[in-house]
Amino acid sequence: MKAFGAGFGFAARRLGQAALVMFAILIIAFAVRTALGDPLREIVGEAVPEAERAALRHELGLDAPWPVQLGRYLGGAVQGDLGTSTIYKRPTLAVILAKFPASFELVLGASLIVLLLSLPAGIYCAVRPRALGARLILNLSVLGISIPVFLTGIFLITIFSVWLGWLPAFGRGDTVRIGPWETGLLTRDGLEHLILPALTLSSIMLPLFIRLVRGAMLDELGHDYVRTARAKGASPLRVWLAHALRNALLPLTAVTGLQVGTFIAYTLLTETVFQWPGMGFLFLEAVTRADIPLITTYLVFVGLIFVVANTLTDIASLMLDPRIGVEDTR
Amino acid sequence: MSADAPPNRRSALRAFADRHKGAAIAALVLGALALAASLAPLIAPQDAFDLASFDVLDANLPPAWLDGSDPRFLLGTDAQGRDLLSAILYGTRISLTVGLLAVAIAAAIGVPLGLLAGYAKGTIDTVVTRVADIQLSFSTLMMAIIALALFRAAFGGESLGRFAVPLLAVVIGLAEWPYLARTARAATQVEAAKDYIRAARALGLSTSGIMWRHILPNIASPLIVVATTQIAGAIMAEAALSFLGLGMPVTKPSLGTLIRSGYDLMFAGAWWVTIIPGLVLIGLLVSVNVLGDALRDALDPRGRAG
Repeated sequence: MKAFGAGFGFAARRLGQAALVMFAILIIAFAVRTALGDPLREIVGEAVPEAERAALRHELGLDAPWPVQLGRYLGGAVQGDLGTSTIYKRPTLAVILAKFPASFELVLGASLIVLLLSLPAGIYCAVRPRALGARLILNLSVLGISIPVFLTGIFLITIFSVWLGWLPAFGRGDTVRIGPWETGLLTRDGLEHLILPALTLSSIMLPLFIRLVRGAMLDELGHDYVRTARAKGASPLRVWLAHALRNALLPLTAVTGLQVGTFIAYTLLTETVFQWPGMGFLFLEAVTRADIPLITTYLVFVGLIFVVANTLTDIASLMLDPRIGVEDTR
Repeated sequence: MSADAPPNRRSALRAFADRHKGAAIAALVLGALALAASLAPLIAPQDAFDLASFDVLDANLPPAWLDGSDPRFLLGTDAQGRDLLSAILYGTRISLTVGLLAVAIAAAIGVPLGLLAGYAKGTIDTVVTRVADIQLSFSTLMMAIIALALFRAAFGGESLGRFAVPLLAVVIGLAEWPYLARTARAATQVEAAKDYIRAARALGLSTSGIMWRHILPNIASPLIVVATTQIAGAIMAEAALSFLGLGMPVTKPSLGTLIRSGYDLMFAGAWWVTIIPGLVLIGLLVSVNVLGDALRDALDPRGRAG
């Protein structure tokens, strides 16, 4: 019971830290907005004369001192109001949330590929380090790390769309709407559109994860408990999967959490190559057309994803390994 | 050669090359690319940044080995009638310049901070380590994307294009310093505990003298290894940013810009504008990475480099 209490305290403290980071991100977003964007232009455009502008500014409270405005911004943010997009003339959060399913399904597809391939490949490279296949996989992974993700996408499009004509190169294809969620996973066309982008996104994470799985497995295989398990007559497969892999998952979870930022950046690149209508593609459109509210809202949203992922990783690490001293983790 | 012959630089180099055949090839490829890039203004058939010298009538010509090509353009031309070979030479020059400058900036910030954190310990150490950890968790590429996106939104695409080289170098360098700081700190902690440093301290040498003249030369190996991998990282980041339209402009294309501008032409059949610069970029990155791995084996057998 005491351990549970300590774990609960850890989770609560971790959530407090997460809230603090979000607060900092919101303040940065507010600063960027104030420095770069003129909210009046978002509402009335450029054509209104200056006297009328000043009156409007006063009416809307835009001439208030900045702490007051910051208070209003934070108050709005808590209620999900982060401003209005100058391109779409709609609340920025709604614009971004409408694009979220596309990015999420792309990341989901890529993660499935990474998971299904990196675990067997990494385990194989760890248990048979000298085999020809293992050396081939490791050498290919050096090559994979050296190819930028956008080039992988371009090569895949050249081969499978331009030359062979097997798979579509752009967009999401047919989608089905389920409540607020627009999914491409339920139609054949949507799934076909997902294959190349998901492969591209996974190609950059795969080499990294194969190396991680291999490294973590090698560490575990050197421990005494593995020798004990072998000595008591457990089959090799059982030793690898039930014993070593289980313990190797812990460092893997921690490192995966640290990769979230990188994963978001690669998703942005992949969406650009395939004109995938997700959040990253939207963000670049906002940058090109200087839609400041949309840009800052994207930053806040990505910050939120980042903070949630890191908090979950920390809590998951705690649950996977009861040995982690709650006092040590600060 | 007898075993007690004095070690000779030439034979040491040859032994290194024998042991790391891949590294030797990588060094050759990298050397050739770097030489060609640095001599670009002398050997390129055309000034790739002089828009007035292009002729739109020459646009989208294929490489010399395909039908419809023009012998003046060995690798073909892009949509503006720019000679692709010249564009690649100049583009590689930009990619290498940004990569080296970025790592120089990262080292100028990271190495002193890492040395100080590792040697002084205490509060400085805690602060440096914390800041480095936080920054690393945000990812180099994402930080650079956000910084340049804000710059572009604030000052417009034109100013971004004008200051692209120094901007890219600073942004990537600022995003990459934690890697060098971490390595310098870890290696300094190991060195600082050794007897020769204790002796130097007992002799009354100044702290900065000990750090720069005694510790720094002894932690150079892991730093060189990490710096090499960071150069590859910086070149890749520059290409990605230019591909996203947040880096080099079309008027001064880097390899990433060329890939981007060629990508729009690919479905019209002009694959070479994208694929050839893409292959050069991969050749550059693979050779730097392979060289980095070999340097790690040779200089840092204990694996101190992060």
